[in-house]
Amino acid sequence: MRSISSPPVMRQASSMTGPSGAPAATQPAVPRPIPPRTRHWSALLWIAPAFGMYAVFVLYPMLQSVQYSFYDWDGIGPATPAGLDNWKAIFTQPELLHSVEHAFILIIFYTILPVGLGLIAASFIRELRPGAFSTTARVVLFVPQVLPLVAAGIAWTWMYSSDGLVNQVLRAVGLDRHARAWLGDFTFALPAVGVIGVWVMLGFCTVLLLAGIGKIDPALYEAARLDGAGRISEFFAVTLPGLRRELVVCTTFTMIAALASFDVVQIATQGGPGYQTMVPGVEIYRLTFLQQHVGQASALAVFLAALVLLIIWPIQRLGREK
Amino acid sequence: MTTSGITHRVTRTAILLALMLFAVVPLLSMFTTALAEPGSTPQGLSWPSDPHWHNFVDAWSAANFVALFRSSTIIVLGVVPATVAMATAAGYALAQLNVPFGKAIYGLLLVGLTLPFEALITPLYYDLQSMGLLGTRLAIILPLIGLLMPFGVFWMRAHFLGAEPALTEAAKVDGANTWQTFRRIHLPLATSAWSALAVLFFLASWNQYLLPLVLVDDPTKRTVAGGLGAFQGQYGTDIVLLCAGSLLIILPSLVIFLIFQRNFLKALMQGAVK
Repeated sequence: MRSISSPPVMRQASSMTGPSGAPAATQPAVPRPIPPRTRHWSALLWIAPAFGMYAVFVLYPMLQSVQYSFYDWDGIGPATPAGLDNWKAIFTQPELLHSVEHAFILIIFYTILPVGLGLIAASFIRELRPGAFSTTARVVLFVPQVLPLVAAGIAWTWMYSSDGLVNQVLRAVGLDRHARAWLGDFTFALPAVGVIGVWVMLGFCTVLLLAGIGKIDPALYEAARLDGAGRISEFFAVTLPGLRRELVVCTTFTMIAALASFDVVQIATQGGPGYQTMVPGVEIYRLTFLQQHVGQASALAVFLAALVLLIIWPIQRLGREK
Repeated sequence: MTTSGITHRVTRTAILLALMLFAVVPLLSMFTTALAEPGSTPQGLSWPSDPHWHNFVDAWSAANFVALFRSSTIIVLGVVPATVAMATAAGYALAQLNVPFGKAIYGLLLVGLTLPFEALITPLYYDLQSMGLLGTRLAIILPLIGLLMPFGVFWMRAHFLGAEPALTEAAKVDGANTWQTFRRIHLPLATSAWSALAVLFFLASWNQYLLPLVLVDDPTKRTVAGGLGAFQGQYGTDIVLLCAGSLLIILPSLVIFLIFQRNFLKALMQGAVK
């Protein structure tokens, strides 16, 4: 890659906006006379390849999912109309309902903890003099985000196993009776999976929040100090309000990862023990490819997509308000 | 320095070190385990008295890594240049050209930003089956191009929105047409934006797990992450070999990140909050 000098980045461009339609026209890039008609339509050619691939491999399958969700289909034989049965099942079958609940519980681990810890880490790193330690901290914390989630799942499955490091540490400090196979434990399996999410997301949040802190006007910190603000009140008065856009991006990204988790759960527990760690992503996979309930899987898939959209949309609006 | 200042510095360093330890410990545990006696079940973190470096060689052949890396490379080469090129063109048009229905098109693309892959995997499977592509690498490449596109367009459009309008005007005065203005002026200036996008897409393709798992049966035609999943299924009980294999598999992602980390973190910092 060529040297990335600071790109002429678009400070004036809006913050990441949700599907509500971005302020595309709020800032006409070039004041120009209305282009001649031919040129105007030829602009579509620039978009055609991108939109074509998107339409064929995303939009069309999404519509198919909606259609499948109203049928009973084993993927091979003829499909029979099922009315709203598949949809009702999401709210009545405990197994499906639990998978959705678990997705929400994972938000605590994928979003709340990483954002909280990321805020702490970022404000600490900011105080450090730029140097080896601050760079190392940033890079080391970010590493888990770069690895395949499959590898995260395998590494932590080993950490949590009977002979793994977690139990080794417990035994070393004399807490032998608390040692267990964490991912097989009905109470602790879900939080254990959640901690993997913390591990993956922490670096991402830290780095992003650190960037945000770097953009806060130093004069604000100086003013706070002149007013006699301590570290804590400085954090709440200057740092936190200055980070709103970064917080929105972190929250959005990590919440999508929580609600739509698949890789880590599939590798670490496959939803077990029982259904203790079942999440919608894994359930969709199982319904379609192991149980051949294509209609039910599709209803859950559309439900999941809608759920993510409904949750993310208000958060994005929050980021755009002045 | 006051006492409270020292206390604060000590707490700060301790917390940061603890978080860093949390980040690396699973990888360290994998590493020491990978060096243990083959077939044994070592402790979570213990340096073996007699490190078995040969385990990496064994894992290399057991997982058929040559085939796996080759396959991943083909998939990455199929996905990344095409997606970056298409996203750059579309992003440019949406930001700089007066596209009919531009707002509606962009709105539709943004919906895709939040769509979980799982929500599409079922119909994709049957679509690719009817196209006769199931089991081939195209079954991974083509959907991945579509799935990554919303983010790519979003990213590149944000970049081109910030492009200097005076440059376009100047080019026009010189008689450049739309293509020439793009090719000679805006594309070179967008190098940092699209190259960062390329690195992100490399990681997204290389690390992709769900699509290969479902769409391609033969592990040697999958991505590295998909192959790793299969490897876990096969050698899940041989923890030493599994750790050695996993480390080999994550090495390229790690190396790419460490080489580009400066650019990468910078681009992420600037790009993500547009």
